Amino acid sequence: MTQEHIIGKSVPRKEGRDKVTGAARYIDDMTMPGMLYGATVRSQIPRGVIKKISFDPQFAWSEFVTVTAQDIPGKNCIALIGDDQPCLADGKVNHPEEPILLLAHADPHLLRKAADAVSIEYESLPAVFTIEDSERPSQIIWGTDNTLKTFLISKGDVDGVWANADYIVEGEYTTGAQEQLYIENNGVIAAFDREHGITVWGSLQCPYYVHKALMALCDLSAEKIRVVQAETGGAFGGKEDYPSIIAGHAALLAMKSGRPVKIVYDRLEDMTATTKRHPSRTRHRTAVSRDGKILGGEIDFTIDGGAYATLSSVVLSRGTIHAGGPYYWPSVRIGAKAVATNAPPHGAFRGFGAPQSLFAMERHMDRIAQAVGLSPVEIRRRNFLKPGETTTTEQTIREDIDLGKLLDRALELSDYAAKKARFAEENKGGPIKKGMGIAAFLHGAGFTGSGERYLASVVAVEGCADGGVRVLVSSTEFGQGTNTVLCQIAAEALGLPYEDVRIAQPDTSQVPNSGPTVASRTAMVVGSLVRSAALGIKQTLIASGMIGGSYSPDKFRTACREYIAAHGELRSFARYEAPEGVFWDDQKYRGEAYASFAWAIYVAEVAVDLSTYSASVEDFVALQEVGRVLHPILAKGQIAGGVAQGIGFALYEKVVWQNGRMQNGQMTNYIMPTSADLPPIRVFFEEMGNVHGAYGAKGIGELPMDGPAPAIVNAIQDAIGDAIGTVFDSVPLLPEDIFEAVGAGGER
Amino acid sequence: MNHFSEARSKDRGKDDRDKCELSLTINGKPETVLVFPMERLLDVLRNELGLTGAKEGCGEGECGSCSVLMDGKLVNSCLVPALQAAGANLTTIEGVAEGSQLNAMQAAFLECGGAQCGICTPGMILSASHLLNNKADPTLDDIREALAGNLCRCTGYMQIFEAVAQAARRRSGA
Repeated sequence: MTQEHIIGKSVPRKEGRDKVTGAARYIDDMTMPGMLYGATVRSQIPRGVIKKISFDPQFAWSEFVTVTAQDIPGKNCIALIGDDQPCLADGKVNHPEEPILLLAHADPHLLRKAADAVSIEYESLPAVFTIEDSERPSQIIWGTDNTLKTFLISKGDVDGVWANADYIVEGEYTTGAQEQLYIENNGVIAAFDREHGITVWGSLQCPYYVHKALMALCDLSAEKIRVVQAETGGAFGGKEDYPSIIAGHAALLAMKSGRPVKIVYDRLEDMTATTKRHPSRTRHRTAVSRDGKILGGEIDFTIDGGAYATLSSVVLSRGTIHAGGPYYWPSVRIGAKAVATNAPPHGAFRGFGAPQSLFAMERHMDRIAQAVGLSPVEIRRRNFLKPGETTTTEQTIREDIDLGKLLDRALELSDYAAKKARFAEENKGGPIKKGMGIAAFLHGAGFTGSGERYLASVVAVEGCADGGVRVLVSSTEFGQGTNTVLCQIAAEALGLPYEDVRIAQPDTSQVPNSGPTVASRTAMVVGSLVRSAALGIKQTLIASGMIGGSYSPDKFRTACREYIAAHGELRSFARYEAPEGVFWDDQKYRGEAYASFAWAIYVAEVAVDLSTYSASVEDFVALQEVGRVLHPILAKGQIAGGVAQGIGFALYEKVVWQNGRMQNGQMTNYIMPTSADLPPIRVFFEEMGNVHGAYGAKGIGELPMDGPAPAIVNAIQDAIGDAIGTVFDSVPLLPEDIFEAVGAGGER
Repeated sequence: MNHFSEARSKDRGKDDRDKCELSLTINGKPETVLVFPMERLLDVLRNELGLTGAKEGCGEGECGSCSVLMDGKLVNSCLVPALQAAGANLTTIEGVAEGSQLNAMQAAFLECGGAQCGICTPGMILSASHLLNNKADPTLDDIREALAGNLCRCTGYMQIFEAVAQAARRRSGA
């Protein structure tokens, strides 16, 4: 047995060499013999009835493959949770860019012209574009009242707290849509033949989501659908549900033409037609005692789901559960709802509802501090959840978390107190105003409540004829390090060198369903299963007498080869089983919401230039407790990347809407942070010895998206908000917004 | 839609008689290919020469995923018409490694976590190499500025900066 540990070491990324040499094959790098290109004709209006589809008679349409809703062999829907989203509009459209008709041709240049040569006449219907319009409701566009989903969390006697409150603090906070902006656009290739059915290769997160959607759409059995993940150039949730749509489109064209069909979006199509982060509005009303303790409160959390339900219920769920932040609420009522508007459906994006509700919570904490006359540091310290206390869903905190200690360290790392004092002096003169902002937050890892139990993920680990070991999962690599971390876990469990373990390409004909690659669940949930399955192989070899309890890697390799020679296969499966005594009530939204939480304190230093009205982050400290850090470089990379996206969410990335359509769907006018825009992002981990998941790891991927926006806006409030008498309660916060606020404040 | 028949005839004409010969040197190897004069260099590399390391992220010169070196200058190959590359000496990501050995920049990206999803990596490595070719000992600000035309959505850039600094140290033998 090797004594050297692989867990906790920054081993080389498994597919890293291919990535730095340009050898990695992404979907647009692949072609197939006889392949056609596919294009999508989309709705030009937000809502209406399709009256007529006409084809320019000068075009040689017989050369094109054309697919409409009438060509769908199965059910015209994108099967996900509810099945309300059609694959192709049939008679009516509910959002701009809704797919109506598909075309394929061998010449991609001609294809583009052909798509423009299809004209569609509509009878327009009134549409709704905002949460407020949808609630009113000015028009019913979905169900009976435009409500996609509601949740209610109720803890303690909220109605009884107001009379005893020394302060009642209210606030309303909003967040905008945000584009995932993976640098590789959505793309797939689909092929069909009668014997094997459909095969799809694609840039995607969840092979089995696509598999499920294609079964329903194409009316084929499970074994006639094969989904293979190609190397994927970023995803961030944006390739969680959308690939089922583009894969469905390519599959329909492939079925009709009998030839492979590639669809790869260009940037404009990807940005205007695919999912984004849900815009949100959160209202807080909080009862607080004289000494700054939260007594109870009401939180109203509303998100804009777009035209179809898709993932909104799940995004809403996570946002709702995170709405109370890392604080102890003796009583609370959280009413949440997702409403429909006539925009393309909003979807998964790193954080998944939590960045929205936590932005509100953390801005609101600063307002509570101000009302009570305490510092932002002190108000948080007095309300932090402690071991033994319960969350808003009445989940008891069992882990040994000390948020006060985490806060102290973050303050020290950011030199908070000294900078606060210095800025108070320096801000008296000159156009540059500086401020410090804090965000304290938590992020639940894995599926919510009973989610993991329903998923019942399965993984396999197998010994190979060459003596090596292979991990078989549907969990995908899209930059986070899935391949590397899962191989580390298997290597550690078997006492083998990292190089002896490899991972299979996610292919539904080869790998079991280990669940979707979402919800910061891969290292923690799937990692635990990989460990169990790996240990299963070891037990088999021990039971066969080929190795003892202790062995060298060479001995293991020999045993592996000999076992396979004798028995043909050495494979071990592990299936998720919920720990005993875990209680979750889906109706009342009460109980153990998550197997574990990651905890964090982020501190932002911001400078606002009152001559240009631009705000820039000057320094950023990200301190978190994520259990055991399995791979320090990957973990740091996850945090820094998430913080950068959070800075974009706060200060740069604004989706400009007009009649439900994104108007700035290009990289020239939708601005994400460049290397020149970002502060030093200083990442720190605190390992408090809590044991979860494989080798003590908790989820990490989504956490860093939650904290930057509130920390930054709190810092801007500190820098100028109080001085000009304005409350900054919304992101993104662009220079024009600051300009307006300064102007308005100046008039007061 | 009158623009259509015209466009159609133009596209219909997209066969070999409208193509012209383009000779250039790629990664040290002379190549001659038939191209449409205004075809994007990126498409020539990817479709005609099978060099798919350069990626298309935006198609408008904003993201830098298609960066290559043309006569030592850094260009967005999605903005370069094929004929402009006539006679040029091109370096793409496929020509960066020293045989089967990663070069200092590639190795540093791998070691420091500079590549996550990998889609910006080829362009990022060429951009960073261009910097070091012109400035052997760059400051952090130099690195930030040099890479500002290459967007990365995964890393938050910090580990890319570390990789470039490490490659600079290695190249200068420090």
